[in-house]
Formats: sequence, structure tokens, C-alpha cells
Amino acid sequence: MSEHEQMAHEASARIAGAADLNALEAMRVEYLGKQGSISGLLKTLGKMSPDERQEKAPAIQSLRQTVADALTARKDELEAAELEARLATETLDLTLPAPAAPKGSVHPVSQVMDELAEIFADLGFAVATGPEIEDDWYNFTALNMPESHPARAMHDTFYFPDTAPKGGKMLLRTHTSPVQVRTMMAEGAPLRIIAPGRVYRSDSDATHTPMFHQIEGLVIDKGIHLGHLKWTLETFLKAFFETEDIVLRLRPSYFPFTEPSVEVDVGFAIENGKRILGGSGDEPGHGWMELLGSGMVNRRVIEFAGLDPDEWQGFAFGVGVDRLAMLKYGMDDLRAFFDGDTRWLSHYGFSPFDQPTLSAGVGAKA
Amino acid sequence: MKFSLEWLTYFLETEASVAEIAAKLNAIGIEVEDIEDPAEKLEGFRVAEVLTARPHPDADKLQVLTVSTGEGDPLTVVCGAPNARAGMKGVLGVAGAVVPANGMKLRKSEIRGVESNGMMCSVRELELGDAHEGIIELPEDAPVGEDFATYHGASPVFDVAITPNRPDCMGVYGIARDLAAAGMGTLKPLREHDIAATFPCPVEIRTEDPEGCPAFYGRVIKGVTNGESPEWMQKRLMAAGQRPISALVDITNYMMLSFGRPAHVYDLAKLSGPVVARRARDGEQVLALNEKTYTLDSSMTVIADDNGVHDIAGVMGGEHSSVQPETTDVLLEIAYFDPEAIGVTGRKLGIATDARTRFERGVDPAWLDEGLESLTSLIKRFCGGDASEIVRAGTPPTEPKVIAFDPGLTARLGGVEVPESEQKRILEALDFAVGPDWQVTFPPRRHDIEGAADLVEEVVRIHGLDKVASVALPRVEGVARPTATPMQALERRLRRSAAARGLNEAVTWSFLPTRQAQHFADGDALWVLDNPISEDMKAMRPSLIPGLLSAAKRNADRGAAGVRLFEVGRRYLRGQDGSSDEHPTLCVLLAGEKTPRGWATGKAAKFDAFDGKAEAEALLAEAGAPVDKLMVMGEAGGQFHPGQSATLRLGPKNVLARFGALHPVTLDAFDIDGPVVAVEIYLDAIPARKGKAGFEKPDFAPPALQSVERDFAFFVPQDLAAADLLRAVRGADKANIVDARVFDVFEGQGVPEGKKSIAIEVTLQPGEKSFKDEELKAISDKVVAAAARQGAELRG
Repeated sequence: MSEHEQMAHEASARIAGAADLNALEAMRVEYLGKQGSISGLLKTLGKMSPDERQEKAPAIQSLRQTVADALTARKDELEAAELEARLATETLDLTLPAPAAPKGSVHPVSQVMDELAEIFADLGFAVATGPEIEDDWYNFTALNMPESHPARAMHDTFYFPDTAPKGGKMLLRTHTSPVQVRTMMAEGAPLRIIAPGRVYRSDSDATHTPMFHQIEGLVIDKGIHLGHLKWTLETFLKAFFETEDIVLRLRPSYFPFTEPSVEVDVGFAIENGKRILGGSGDEPGHGWMELLGSGMVNRRVIEFAGLDPDEWQGFAFGVGVDRLAMLKYGMDDLRAFFDGDTRWLSHYGFSPFDQPTLSAGVGAKA
Repeated sequence: MKFSLEWLTYFLETEASVAEIAAKLNAIGIEVEDIEDPAEKLEGFRVAEVLTARPHPDADKLQVLTVSTGEGDPLTVVCGAPNARAGMKGVLGVAGAVVPANGMKLRKSEIRGVESNGMMCSVRELELGDAHEGIIELPEDAPVGEDFATYHGASPVFDVAITPNRPDCMGVYGIARDLAAAGMGTLKPLREHDIAATFPCPVEIRTEDPEGCPAFYGRVIKGVTNGESPEWMQKRLMAAGQRPISALVDITNYMMLSFGRPAHVYDLAKLSGPVVARRARDGEQVLALNEKTYTLDSSMTVIADDNGVHDIAGVMGGEHSSVQPETTDVLLEIAYFDPEAIGVTGRKLGIATDARTRFERGVDPAWLDEGLESLTSLIKRFCGGDASEIVRAGTPPTEPKVIAFDPGLTARLGGVEVPESEQKRILEALDFAVGPDWQVTFPPRRHDIEGAADLVEEVVRIHGLDKVASVALPRVEGVARPTATPMQALERRLRRSAAARGLNEAVTWSFLPTRQAQHFADGDALWVLDNPISEDMKAMRPSLIPGLLSAAKRNADRGAAGVRLFEVGRRYLRGQDGSSDEHPTLCVLLAGEKTPRGWATGKAAKFDAFDGKAEAEALLAEAGAPVDKLMVMGEAGGQFHPGQSATLRLGPKNVLARFGALHPVTLDAFDIDGPVVAVEIYLDAIPARKGKAGFEKPDFAPPALQSVERDFAFFVPQDLAAADLLRAVRGADKANIVDARVFDVFEGQGVPEGKKSIAIEVTLQPGEKSFKDEELKAISDKVVAAAARQGAELRG
């Protein structure tokens, strides 16, 4: 081993053993600094003859290169170790909770109204609205319930002391049916509408609240008959509950604003104490539940709305939205709908992204 | 209305089962609400004979009986009834039976040391009547061992709901007629009456109110005995839920429940002078059968004599002339009262009776004579006596009504083809007369029939609604068109936006306690209900805040630390002309903690007015409102903290929203701890989007050069609104300044008294070429000059 090789060997060993960057820098100065030993050797090359230089230069250059490489290598090592050591001090306890974002919800009544609007849009029904504070002409008289009509008393109506602009009493609408008359008067015929909204009856227990939600359906056209009503109700209920297993029982009934009038029951079974729709109510373990009222629009109502009842006829139905929500989504206390308990709203409410669509299914799976 | 199968089959010959009858009743529009089979209730109760009776060794009032049930060894039974004795027959409840009156399950037991294997029962214990003095005593020929239900003739009871258009079905006979028409058997002929009238009616009868009482028929029966009614009648009445009282009362009730025909029986001894149907005098009083005194007015029809009112016509009888056990001579009344007038009287007086229900809906005006004969016949059979001739005042409205019917309408309206012959059969079975040219005459009792559609209903309900086939509604070609109005689309969008922002949608009552509504009314007149269900639900809300505030309070009481609620609904104001003025509104309420205390953030953060502003601006932006053009102005309302609330307006008048922290007085009024922040967005004040409702968006044109930021810090007067300074700065050079943003507000050390420091970052957007230094200097000068006009001086 030559003198230079010996030197390179020793230097490399010292450099590899440098404890930290400061020690390493000291070694760089010692070897390669202006006054450094290897720098000194390089300086001797200038004083040599060309032949001597030719002979000795490669060894000295090689020595310088080896030491420079060793310094760089050690520097990388030491820096990597230092980073490692710093990162080790920066460890986070990632089992700690992340910042929470509040989660909002859509009320079941709104959700179900959106579902119904979606289904009826497919059947060509537009959505209509009307005032909730009505006069008794729209709420009763125009619906073939003159002042003395016993059915008026059965409506448990909330009245205001005020007189309506065109006479009569102001009241809270007891059903969404006044929208039928208003829409017929405003838009004429033919007509297909649903009218969702708040309605009011002076009644309060576990299944009745003084305020609740209804959706009214109305079709006025030529040649519309009971068979169309039956199909519409079956079709909408099957779409709403997303099952073909919906059995309806139509019973003759009485509403002053329809003739003939039909009450509609739906078959259900009791499973684990809850009513599950499906099957005929006459099957063992099943029963019938009143779901909605409907019928062919009474001629008088069509007349009151300014249309010719010999030209136009149609059907109407009204169904409780809260009730549909309870049946579909399993709530059992109507009063809780209106309490605003955030625990209940989070439990029974819907994600804003549960927007009902026909392609994804109108219902939101639990 | 309740009636037993036994009663129904008295009028209807049928082999049908209870289930078949119930199904048919539902099918023809008589809704069966319940079927009760008393035989189930009486299971385990048998006819038994008492063989021996001896005193209980250990109790004075008890006896130890041996009782035979016809099989096995006689049973030992301890009994406390004084009438229990050897040789009598009674009803024994054996171990396992449940006593109907109290639900107690019988079992073998020991009573004061003596074994007892059952219970001898009283009438009341079996819910067969009120008598409870002693156990039931059955006739000697009662077959020992037979099920008591069978022996007693217990018959299933239907409980049906009769729709108000069918008063003719408010009697069992009417129901039987409908069932017969629907093929459930044959209507039996009614008993023929041949009453011998043995003397002229000694009482004069008049109607002086032909509107309220068009017809008043009567007769006297002398020499009656008002004992108990026959057992079969009592059973039927009890099955219908009526308590037997006395023969005369039971007979009138029986008439009403059998034929839907209320009648009245007066004690003749209590009457004096002519008996007259007339209007009551204002303020006239009567003590009615329910022992309450009613004050009448001149809109009400009464039956009166020389001494005063004896009957609130068609509603309730008077106590004074009511029949008593000692009554011997009676006046019978069968009248036709105007249905509307009865309804008005009943509502005014608040009296609901079976009679009112029937008269109000309309009894059969053609059944006065026959009704009176039936009533007389029943009284003579069970109370004896001699009947006078009938006297009649007025005439009932029985003129026949005729409708021209096109049987083709059944298919066109009812959606089902029914052969004309079958249509004719159905109508005739319901007592309609069908002429050869389809002129249909309908019976006067059918007050509900007005036109051809009613006849379609009759045909379809009897033929069967289940035979109506479903027919698809004609569909518009292609994909369904959008149907929502712009307001509905807006409400749906905002509802889901609000939920996506972490708010829970609530639905609260439209009505409030008046005090709460008043607090939010801002002096406007409220809609206040005449007949609220409670004082807490009396006034229609003029704002959505109080409802959500109460909900927040309930949540806080349940321990919720932070509440984020919203509601989309209406505010109810008054229109100028007295009509309703309802405004669609979105309300947000933020109460308590915005974020709970946390390992990273330390203490819990409470909501403040800026959280309200954030919701208001975000939701308005979602609604398409020009948020950058909105002005933050005052006058949010007295319910808000005066210094921490504002309105957002588009122009000085059009308020789109209000928001802010609620006033401590408001919080006190609702007993809730602060802070509470509320936002109300007036959805109908948001302007519709301008321009064509197309889908194409404007071209995307990002600037070619990068924007430049310049910071300015100003001393401004302490009361200068930041927005005013920003507006001035933005307006200083509209060609180059595209944005200006406050990044610091500071008061205190280094800021002169009465001033504050506002630092603004201004964004400058070069057009074709980059800004030169002198251009930047010129813009800066303009900014400083514009700010100076707002009283701002650049900080050195």
C-alpha cells in the first residue's frame, strides 16, 4: 500500500466514525480546507516537473476524491439520522378524535313529501298549494258542505273570530281539499295536481295531533272514472312502499265532496309489534288499516269551481303524510314529529343526500 | 252503532256467518269497527244447580255450597250471596274462567279454611246488567251443565260506523235492508199492526212552527203499567250498549235503534192544555232529562204546553213530564223536525244525543203513521192500556223525488259494467222505484240522494267495489316533465342545503301561546283562534323563531349542550282585506355551544351573531340571491340584541333576512340560557333569477395575468362600519380593483382615542399588461383618497 493509499484508508475510517456534523466539518477543514493536509499535497503538484506531476498526480487526486466522497456519504448519513431523530419527537396520538363536523338531517315529513312529489311527477301531477288560514267557503261550502251540514261538525274545526273578506268565517283548513277548488278556479281543466301541506283539527292523542300533514290528489279530465282512481292509488302506494305486495280494500264511504266516495284500507301483518304492510287483511295474522279517503269529485264541487260538470269529471283523494311516514319508516308516536327533539330528528331524519329519485329509488333505506 | 246478530236476524233471514256478514257490511259502506262475541267472554260459565247449602264454619256471611255442573262430583263453592240456597239454579264460573266485569281469573282457592272451586255469579259480574244483590237465579228448567252463553242466547255484537249521509241505516232494520239488497239474505216482513183506537185523543196537538216542525203526530194511551221491558228487548238494548230503564223508555229506545226513529213519550198527568210545537221564547228555560237546565232562544223548536217547555224538539226531553214507574197515562209523540234546525239547536246547546244525531241527518218523513202504530203496538203488548185515535198536526215533506238516470253512467263514472237488469234490481231492492224510461223515484228517507252520481254509488257499492278494475291513467308521452313551482324547488334546495350545513330540520306547531306570538308580532295584529285546543296553541305564529326557541329550550332541558335547528314553513300575517297573508320562511336557530370543549381547542365555543350571518349568507347564496350586493343594515327587531343583529337587504326596503343574537329579554321570556342566535330568511323576498332560464353558463375567461395584492391599514372613526370602508375601497378604481378584504381590526395601544385600525387586503387585476410602478402608485392614491372620504387616514 502506498503512502497515499494508506492516508486515504485512515481518513475514510475517521470520517465514517465522525460523531456528528460538527466533527465532520472539522475533518473536512483538516483534510480539504485551505490549510488542509490534502490541499497541501495538491499544492505540491504545481511545483513539480511535468513528468513528476504525471506520475504523482493521479494518486493525490484519487486521495482527494476518496476523502471528499467519504465526507459526503457521512454527511448524508448524519443528516438522515438527525431528521429521523427530529421526526421521532413529532409523533401524534392519532387515536385522539378528529375535529367533528355537525351532522344535519331532513325531517321525515319533508322527506316523504319529496318522495310523493317525485312519484306523482312521474304520473304527471303538478304540485299546488293554498293558504292554511282559509275561509269557510273554500274549506266547506265549495266542497258541498253548506253551513248546517253535519259533516262540518265532524271536522273539529279551529275557527278565528274574524270575518272573511267576502263574508263567512275564517278558519284553519281542516284538509287540503280547498286547494282543489282554488286550483280548478285558477287553472281550469284538464288538471292533475297534488297539494301537500299542513292541516288542522281540534283533536289530540297518540295518533292525532291538532296539526298534521296531508297530501291531496286531484285529476279532472274527460272520461275519468273509479277504475282510474283505483289504479292511481295502487300505483302510487306500490311505488311509495317499493313493493308489489300491497293489497287495497276499497270500501264505499261518504265525503260530501265526492260521489261515489271510497275509503281505502291497506292490508298489513303484525310483526314484532309493528304493522308491516303487505298481504290481504283477511289472511290469518293480518288486518286492514284505514289509509285514505277518496272518490269521484262531486258535480257540485266542479260547479262551484266554475267548470261544467257535464263536460269534466275526475277523482280526488287525501292521505295523511305523517301516517305514511310512520308506516314506511317505523315511528310510532305522532306527537314526537313536532317536538324538535334533536335526538329524534337525528334518529328518524334523513341525510340531505337522500334526495328521492326514480332511478335510485324514492325511499331511503335504513 | 252496536247491534247483535240475533237482532239483525230478527229482520233479516240469512244463513250467513258473522264473518260473511261483517265482510259484506264493509263492502257496502257500513264500516265494521269491531265484532264482540259475548260467548268468548262467558267461556267457563255454566248453568249449575245448588245441591246443598250450609253456613260457613268460620264466617257469618258466607255459605258453603255443593254445586252440580251435571258431570263429575259436585263441587264445593264458597258463596257470600244471601239468596244462595239448596235447589236453586244459577251460573257457576269454574276455575280458569275470567269474570267479565273485573277481569279476575277464577282458580281453586281456600276461603277461611274451606276449599272453593269456582264462583256463583251475579248479573253485574257477567256484565248482563246492573243488578248485583245476590247471584243469578235461573228458571227451574234451566239445563244443568249447559254453557251459560248458549243458554243465555249470547249473540255476537257488531259495532259499525254509519256515515252521516245514511240516517236510514241508524236502525237495525235499515242495515238489514242494505244487506238483503247485497244478497246477504231476505228482508222479513214487518209485523202488521191493527190497533183498535177506542176513544178520541183527549189532547190537542198543534204545530205553530211549520218550518222547524213540519209534522207532529200523537196519540194517548191510558192505563199503562210502566214495569220492566221484556227480557229479549233488554238483551238487545244491552247489546247496543243501552241500559234498560223502564218498559216505556226501553220501547222508545228500541224503536230508535231498530228503525232509526226517535219518538217521545210524555206522562200525560204532567201536561196541561194543548201540546204545541213552537219556537222557544228567548231566555225560556227547561230542565232536561240529563238533569241540566238549558236556556233556550227563539231559533229553537220546542214542544210545550200551557205550563212551559217539555221537550227540546228532536234533541232532548224534559225531566218534568218524563215517564216514571207510577205513570199510567201517556202521550206519544212522533214528529218530523227540520234537520238543519236540529243541528243548529244541538250545537248551540252543546247536546249530543242519539235522537239529535238521527233528526239532524234526517229521519224517514214517510214513516210517521207506521212508526206511531209500531210504538203503540209495543206499548200495548208490554205495558197494556187503551189507545186513542191518532191526531196529526202538519204534513211531513214526503213528495216523491225523481231523477232521470242513464244506466250507462255507472260504467262512465263508476268504471264498472253492470247489466241494466242488475242495476234495476239493486235500486228496487233499496226501495227505489225504477220507471220503464229510467225515471228513478227514490224513497223520502234517502236524504242523501241528489242526482245520478248518487245512484251510481248505490249500484256500485251493492254490486261491489272490488269488481271495479284498475285502469291506468293516460300517460303523457315521453319522460315525465318537471312539476315543482320555483318556490317548491327553492324550498327543497334550501332544506337540503341547511341539512348539509349540519342543521336538523324540525317541524313545529303553527300556533303559539299568545304571549309568545305577541313578543314576535312587532305590533301587527295576530290571528288568534276562537277555540284553541289549549292556551299554548292559540295564536298563529308571526315568526318561526319562537317555535324553534321552545324546541331548543326542551333540548337544553334534556341536556343538549348545543342545538342547531331549522324549519321551513309559513309565517301567518294579515292581508289588507282581512285575508290570510302567509309567507314561506326559513328559520335557523343556533343555541348554546358551537363546539364542545376539546383536547385541541380547549374551552367550548359558543355561538355568536357571526354564525348567524354565515348561515344567512350561505343559504341566501344557495337560493341564488346576489349575496355580494346585499347590504347589512339594522332593525332586525326588538327580539334581537340591538348591537348584535342585523338585516340583509337588497336595496334599502327589501329585507331578505334578519339574523343575530337574541335579546336577553327574549331569552328570559322563553326561560332559556344564552347565547341563542337566530336567522330568518324570507323566501318570498328573494328575487327570481334574472335572464333566460337556460342551462348554458357564461364563458369561462380566467385573467391572463396574475393578480397583485396590496395591503392598507387605516385609522377610522370607531363607529364606521367596515362594510362602508370596504365599499369605498372597492369603488376607488373599479377597473383594477377586483376585491378588498378586511384582515385585521384592532383597537387599543397605538390607536388614537375614538379610532380603530382596519387593515385591508386589496386585490388588483391587471388586464393586458402587468402594472407599472407608477400605475400601482396611482391606484394606491385612489384607494387612500376614497378611504379618506369615509374618515379613514392611512397609518404611517
